[in-house]
Amino acid sequence: MNLNVNLPGLDMKNPILPASGCFGFGKEYAELYDLNLLGAITIKAATGSARYGNATPRVAETTAGMLNAIGLQNPGVDQIVEKELPFLAGFDTPIIANVAGSTVEEYVEVARKISKHPVIKAIELNISCPNVKEGGVQFGTDPELAKMVTAAVKEVSNVPVYVKLSPNVTDITVIARAVEEGGADGLSLINTLTGMQINLAGRKPLLANKIGGLSGPAVKPVAIRMVYQIRQMTSLPIIGMGGVTTAEDVLEFLLAGASAVAVGTANFQHPFVCPEIIQNLPDVLSKYGFTSVEDAIGKGHEHADSNLSRA
Amino acid sequence: MIHEHLEIISRETIAKDTVEMTFKGKMAQENILPGQFLHLLVGEGSNHMLRRPISIAGVDKQKSTITIIFKLLGEGTNTLAKAEPGDQLDALGPCGQGYPVDELQMEHALLVGGGIGVPPLYYLAQRLYEKGIQVTMVAGFQNKEQVFYEEAFRSLGDYYLATDDGSAGEKGFVTDIINKEAFHFDQFFTCGPTGMLKAVSTQLANEEGFISIEQRMGCGIGACFACVVPAPDSESGYKKICKDGPVFRSKEVVLA
Ligand SMILES: Cc1cc2nc3c(=O)[nH]c(=O)nc-3n(C[C@H](O)[C@H](O)[C@H](O)COP(=O)(O)OP(=O)(O)OC[C@H]3O[C@@H](n4cnc5c(N)ncnc54)[C@H](O)[C@@H]3O)c2cc1C
Ligand SMILES: Cc1cc2nc3c(=O)[nH]c(=O)nc-3n(C[C@H](O)[C@H](O)[C@H](O)COP(=O)(O)O)c2cc1C
Ligand code: FES
Repeated sequence: MNLNVNLPGLDMKNPILPASGCFGFGKEYAELYDLNLLGAITIKAATGSARYGNATPRVAETTAGMLNAIGLQNPGVDQIVEKELPFLAGFDTPIIANVAGSTVEEYVEVARKISKHPVIKAIELNISCPNVKEGGVQFGTDPELAKMVTAAVKEVSNVPVYVKLSPNVTDITVIARAVEEGGADGLSLINTLTGMQINLAGRKPLLANKIGGLSGPAVKPVAIRMVYQIRQMTSLPIIGMGGVTTAEDVLEFLLAGASAVAVGTANFQHPFVCPEIIQNLPDVLSKYGFTSVEDAIGKGHEHADSNLSRA
Repeated sequence: MIHEHLEIISRETIAKDTVEMTFKGKMAQENILPGQFLHLLVGEGSNHMLRRPISIAGVDKQKSTITIIFKLLGEGTNTLAKAEPGDQLDALGPCGQGYPVDELQMEHALLVGGGIGVPPLYYLAQRLYEKGIQVTMVAGFQNKEQVFYEEAFRSLGDYYLATDDGSAGEKGFVTDIINKEAFHFDQFFTCGPTGMLKAVSTQLANEEGFISIEQRMGCGIGACFACVVPAPDSESGYKKICKDGPVFRSKEVVLA
């Protein structure tokens, strides 16, 4: 069966890619299986200089999910370009660079440097970071800031820019519209939902950072709803994610309107989950009457009433 | 590291809330060092998205078995304890870096373990004993009910026991025994709760040794940055416990 999908900058053998932050820079999983099997790979967020991240504990398990507060730990864009990207050049799989920052200048610097490297075929602009200059308001929750940082990064990037949307907003379509106006080539969603777990014996939040990002199967319905809503208002390609663990989940995202589907947390539970999903996908597609991946994209809207009301 | 469904061949409660479980599998043929761990999937479906790291407490290459000892703490370990002989368990292992038993030249090793930090030291004691190294084990538990493997350790060398309430061995902490006995040794090896690790590595600050540390993990293979510990003298300034550890030279990392 034809699993190919072609998105701006990304010529993918299949629609499956590991999500940023759940796959490092590929090395560890390359010891377990052939990365050429993957449709694409999203690498860990890069910032202007090295970041140590938050204090530990940084992760907690929750019902059908987990919280994380890694704090964007990474060696900085220069080290990533020098030490991590050469390894990925050995694979016939497009690499997506996740770009983060605390100021527009930092985003621009990282995007300029990393998009010059030949293995990088697209940027995923992580706008879920607080803007230090604007008093810590997240780029991803303010439409004006989101549009501004998208436009600034678009100007310097050598490759298409997918903006990764935060679900922690009242109306995600407002942000989607803003980044589309800013020139985004595509959208990627969802990032984690903020959450907290309190340790009963310790009587305090379990994560050292107190607040973390919720991911895993628990967030999937939220992600599906957001992909669906956004598909109704724009034709930009969408990389969907949030709680995917099976090929059935992938089909659900395709129906909602995603053209490619990323897998994050599930890699921790089952390190071989991505190749397994890819293997199962043809059977699941044909079971539900589809002859290719392209065939299924957006098909969840055919009977849709265009007025979505909030439940 | 390999991925394998290990078959449970025995399960036994060996102390209060403490289970010893033995698996059969090809993994036992890997070159497993004491201090390395298994990253175990527990439960079914989406119940537990994170695996549980549990140290390897024994390996029998002839029988192709691996033994672990774990304490019932929360949902994960309680679910694990319900698995029956004959059941299969999804395991990644051996994970991380263990104690470099083959590289160390020494005559006398001091092992200091607290509670659930004791199991990896049993496998270490066995390996050291096989090499003809003199082993002194100092074990600390909360009380008599928690104590396990006392006889097993005694068959490999000197054994000292401390309990918080004095219900077995001496009343007090492992550090009290180390103070009192003033052992002579070449290297120390310690594993246990962070408080104990800090006390022991402060007390033995002038000695050479290794510590094994615990942290909440995500991937368990070095990809997610969940489990870092500051390592000021290293190039990056940190180490990943799951991949670079859980065993470190005592002066290599800074305990939180
Ligand atoms: C390298 C390493 C080796 C270990 N070896 C052993 C061993 O040999 N025997 C043993 O009994 N225990 C060992 N532990 C601790 C063991 O991993 C935890 O007791 C266990 O994960 C608790 O799971 P739970 O679901 O019962 O508890 P819960 O508290 O319900 O677990 C919730 C989450 O927190 C994590 N967690 C809770 N406590 C710890 C902890 N102390 N360390 C790391 N993660 C934790 C769990 O993995 C899970 O993701 C080891 C930990 C590490 C890091
Ligand atoms: C441990 C961890 C680290 C993450 N790091 C990043 C990151 O660096 N950049 C980013 O855009 N998203 C990051 N994410 C979010 C994921 O890429 C993904 O959007 C989210 O987890 C939802 O997908 P999932 O439910 O399949 O995990 C991280 C998620 C986890 C669990
Ligand atoms: S648990 Fe993922 S890096 Fe250690």
